[in-house]
Amino acid sequence: MRISLHATLLALLLSASAGVVSANEGGHAGWQRQADNEVGNLPSLQRGARNFMAYCSGCHSLKFVRYARICEDLKIAASQCDELLVRPGDKAVDYIESSMPAADATEWFGKPPPDLSLVARSRGSDWIFNFLTTFYADPASRQTGVNNLQLPGTAMPHVLSSLQGVQNAVWRNVEHKAEGGETILAREFEKFEPGVTGSVTPAEYDEFVRDTVNFLQYAGDPTQLQREGIGIWVILFLLMFSGIAYLLKKEYWKDVR
Amino acid sequence: MNDHTADDAVPEVDESRRKFLIAATAGTGAVGAVLTAVPFVASWKPSESARAAGLPTEIDLSRIEPGQMATFFWRKQQIYVVKRTPEMLATLQNHDGELKDKDSEKSEQPAYTKNAQRSLRPDVLVLIGTCTHLGCLPKTRFTPNDATVMPNWPGGFFCPCHGSKFDLAGRVFEGSPASVNLKIPPYSFPADNKLVIGVDADGKGVA
Amino acid sequence: MSAVIQGKGGFRAWLNKRLPVDQFVEDQLTGYYAPKNFNIWYFFGSLALLVFVMQIVTGIFVTMHFKPGETTAWNSVQYMVREVPYMWLIQPMHAVGASFFFIVVYLHMARALMYGSYKAPRELLWVIGMLIYLALMAEAFMGYVLPNGNMSYWGAQVIINLFGTIPGIGPDLVEWIRGDYGIGDATLTRFFSLHVVALPFIIALLVALHLVALRQVGSNNPDGIEIKATLGPDGKPVDGIPFHPYYTLKDIVGVGLFLTAFAIVVFFMPTFFGLFMEAPNFEPANPVSTPEHIAPVWYFTPYYAILRAVPDQKMGALLMAISVAAFLFLPWLDRAQNKSVRYRGVLSKLLLGMFFITFLVLMWLGLKPAEGLYVMLARIFTALYFAFFILLPFVSKADGNGPVPERVTYHAH
Repeated sequence: MRISLHATLLALLLSASAGVVSANEGGHAGWQRQADNEVGNLPSLQRGARNFMAYCSGCHSLKFVRYARICEDLKIAASQCDELLVRPGDKAVDYIESSMPAADATEWFGKPPPDLSLVARSRGSDWIFNFLTTFYADPASRQTGVNNLQLPGTAMPHVLSSLQGVQNAVWRNVEHKAEGGETILAREFEKFEPGVTGSVTPAEYDEFVRDTVNFLQYAGDPTQLQREGIGIWVILFLLMFSGIAYLLKKEYWKDVR
Repeated sequence: MNDHTADDAVPEVDESRRKFLIAATAGTGAVGAVLTAVPFVASWKPSESARAAGLPTEIDLSRIEPGQMATFFWRKQQIYVVKRTPEMLATLQNHDGELKDKDSEKSEQPAYTKNAQRSLRPDVLVLIGTCTHLGCLPKTRFTPNDATVMPNWPGGFFCPCHGSKFDLAGRVFEGSPASVNLKIPPYSFPADNKLVIGVDADGKGVA
Repeated sequence: MSAVIQGKGGFRAWLNKRLPVDQFVEDQLTGYYAPKNFNIWYFFGSLALLVFVMQIVTGIFVTMHFKPGETTAWNSVQYMVREVPYMWLIQPMHAVGASFFFIVVYLHMARALMYGSYKAPRELLWVIGMLIYLALMAEAFMGYVLPNGNMSYWGAQVIINLFGTIPGIGPDLVEWIRGDYGIGDATLTRFFSLHVVALPFIIALLVALHLVALRQVGSNNPDGIEIKATLGPDGKPVDGIPFHPYYTLKDIVGVGLFLTAFAIVVFFMPTFFGLFMEAPNFEPANPVSTPEHIAPVWYFTPYYAILRAVPDQKMGALLMAISVAAFLFLPWLDRAQNKSVRYRGVLSKLLLGMFFITFLVLMWLGLKPAEGLYVMLARIFTALYFAFFILLPFVSKADGNGPVPERVTYHAH
């Protein structure tokens, strides 16, 4: 088959469009890291589920997710499911609601802690990873005593401070030239310094957060694992069909001269 | 440039190859069409929520007075639970000749309820409260000799829609439009005063 | 009795006496001659029809579970994809299908521009096609609002507010469209009815008219030569071949390859890097929290870029409307004798190439925030966009009149 000029141009056009547009991802500040979680890693997901129930579910609901579904997908045995995940008073088939009454939450934090069923799809795994790892001490300006690089001014306290401890942020002053020509002095984040130590090492903490982010990515799109497995077969079938159809087409087009 | 070679001799048409390729394409296409239909058809099966709602229902029997009936919902059906007194059990005898199916050969019930009293325990009757004629809810008529139902009425259920009558074991009387006894769901007694609907007496839950 | 004895032949005769089946096959398939030199650009019409059918089928199933309305829409989508068997596949097929519909339609339109398929006697065919495009844009817009995500809400807010720029009736019109003082239940439920019932009917009707109009005048081809001008001894165009079996079989290959591409996206990257399903729409509608960058879905962004390029709101909206409507006038703006860009001069080729690049750049710019360098670029490319339509009458008249061959260019394949 002669790959025509048109077909080549078309293919280039489409992939260039996709490439240019996908390379759209916003600029990454220097401190931003990638979550590097693997959704296919079941043990990581299991740990993440346990982490979420232990540390997050007190305030955050996962209201579209059932315990039973997590245990089925992550291959957690029913007995362990009840023991480790299902809160007292809940049944395994229940959706995961938060323990905090919404009215109280609004009073304490200004707004209720958001439901996290889809946070991995709306914000992305990297965002959540950075959010959970960039809390720093800021007693001067924050009532919670901490601030956050990923979400400055966040109302959430550093729930994981028992694990990570509380780090200090080091700033440096930089000069910007504004549009009008004046010089503006701003401060820029330079690096973190250890402050109050936590119960785990930084590497262990990163792993903890990674597992939790991994679980949240699963929770946002539970079928992504089986989807790709089925997808491979569908694509192979379609390619085979296209091939057979092509042979048929060629056979008849011999007539055309 | 151009391939207008209409003047050249037209090559022989290989009909058998064409037939084969048509069959191969059509066959693969048909398989593909059927496989594509699978997700759409399967999407009509009960969802996870439906299955969660259809889980076994537990009932506290101490809340039901002897001689009384309580109703519950299980899998979108009305379930009748009757605490039968010895007098009520006595009414089950002596009218076998008037029953359409005294041994429950044609009706639907778990194996452990295919007995004279149609129950696992004689003092508790569990029925699906749906008339086996066209689906109305039968009403209770537990008082014996209620002439408004029929002469020598032993006590049981009367369906107001088309007049079907059932005894205190849910067995259908002759003369009723319904032809089979009332159905019985799977159930068991995890404890003396607890009844669970949806779990068989051998401990297996229902799919 | 005799029909049964005669078997299939009998049934066929019985059927044809009551429905013109054989006549239809003769007229539209085996007896309809299409130019033999169709190239890759000619797949996209049949593919558009395929995507339309796919959207209807997946849409029917999504509608079984979707509950329109402010308080129920968002939850019903999550419920359906997590708990109803296989809806995790069917709902994304519908969302991805919308984007593929526009990819196919844009390529289909590009073909018309390259080969002059909008020129006489196909002006009405082109106009009907443009009406389909408009209806499709309305359908896609409303479909995106239905789930009531945060981008659904804010996108609807921006687009509906555009109607407020119409002098005089603007504000009342906006309130009338919304059915309330802000986007809410009334807006969502009426969009549901339009998206599921009204517009699909209208689009189906327009597609039928489009096909009838096509059959009436016959298809154009990459050389822009009217094949009916040269008939053979059998009265059929010498450069024509029966649609069936040649193009039915060729289109089947196109369908297979297209579905493969579609499957790759649906199964492996359904959000397509946040372009087909935008990240902010994974949060429920929040009237007090605007997404960082409000952008419509990619297929609207060229016009969005034009809207934002103009500093004045009313002028921007007007220019945006004109930028869409301008396509309607192409059959009369184009004054060349030759249809296809193959037989026009370098100027025409450059002008058309410039337009395609401009359209794509505007599409990219519409996705970017309206700040810094992007603002200037948007203005430059908006100017280039309109330059195409303004210059076309002159350029086409100047170098679109050279000699064309009598027979089409065909290479065996």
